[in-house]
Amino acid sequence: MAEFKFPVDASQIMLFARAVGDNNAIYHDSKYASGTEVKGIVAPPTFVQACAQYDPKFPLRPTIGEPWFGSGKEATGTPKPKEQPKENSEKKSSDSARMLHAEQQYIYHKPIRPGDDLTVSTKRGKSWEKEGRRGGTMSFSETITEFRDAKGELVVTATSVGVTTGKAVSQD
Amino acid sequence: MALHASTLKIGDTHEELVAENLSRTQIVQYAGASGDYMPLHTDEVYAREIAGYPGVFAHGMLSMGATGAMLTNWVGDGRLTQYSARFTRQVWPGDDLLAKATITNIIEENGETLAEMDVLTTNQDGQSVISGKATARIDT
Repeated sequence: MAEFKFPVDASQIMLFARAVGDNNAIYHDSKYASGTEVKGIVAPPTFVQACAQYDPKFPLRPTIGEPWFGSGKEATGTPKPKEQPKENSEKKSSDSARMLHAEQQYIYHKPIRPGDDLTVSTKRGKSWEKEGRRGGTMSFSETITEFRDAKGELVVTATSVGVTTGKAVSQD
Repeated sequence: MALHASTLKIGDTHEELVAENLSRTQIVQYAGASGDYMPLHTDEVYAREIAGYPGVFAHGMLSMGATGAMLTNWVGDGRLTQYSARFTRQVWPGDDLLAKATITNIIEENGETLAEMDVLTTNQDGQSVISGKATARIDT
C-alpha cells in the first residue's frame, strides 16, 4: 500500500474549481463561504484527484531529468510500445496510450477544507477482463484510495476503475 | 440551499449546461489543476500519431467534475454523501455537456434523510458521456 501526504490549500481548490468550470463562490470567496452552512471554503466533489500533484511516483507527470512519453522532437519521447524491449518495458510508456478511466466513485465522510493535512493511501482492488465491441479485449482494474485527516479520520474514499483496451476505442 | 424532503419527490429533475464548446485550453487547465498530464488529453501529436485517436479528448474526470457542479448547485455544498460515474463515451473539444440529475429514491438512514439520484451527462448529440449516481443529505 502506497502512502503520501496531501496538504490542501485554498489556491489549489480555486484552481481546480475553475478548471471544471464551477464558479460557485464557496470555492474561492472565504467571506461568502463563512456565511454558508459549511461555514468556510470547502473543496468541490472531485477535488481529491488533485492529490496526483503530491504523489511522488505519479506516472502521468513528467519527471525532471527523465524522458517523457508525450511529443517533442518526435511524436513520443520514449520508444513506441511495440518497439520497446520487453525487459525494461515500464508501464508508463508501454500501456499508457491504451489506458483509460472507466469508472470513479467517491464516498464523502466530511468536507475537505483549506489547511487540511490529508494522508492518502492506495490499494489495489479487483481486476477483470471483458470483450468489448469498440475497444477489443479490455482489462479492468480497481484502485481504492483513502483520504484521512490529521486525526486519522476518513474524509473521502475514492474507488477508481481503469481500463486498458486492446486498441484505440472506436467512435461509433 | 439544501433540498427539503417535504417538497422533493421521486422523478424530480435538475439540469444544467456544464460545458459549452469545450476548449482545448480548458482541458489543459484541468491537466494543470488535477496534475493528470496524460498526453492523450493535451498533446494532439501524441494522441493522433501514437495513440491512434482523431485528436485530444477531455479527461473523464473533467466531465465528472463539471457534472459535480450541477449536483452541488442543486443539493447544496457539503451535502453529497456519494457520487459515482461511469465514463460511457469520450468528450471532445467543441462538445457541449448537459448534466442532469433525477431523484430515484428518498430514504432514511442513521437518522438522516437522503435523496438518491441518477446522474446523466449528454453531449450535443444527446449521447451519454457520463452515467452515474449520487446521494445527498436533505432537510426534513
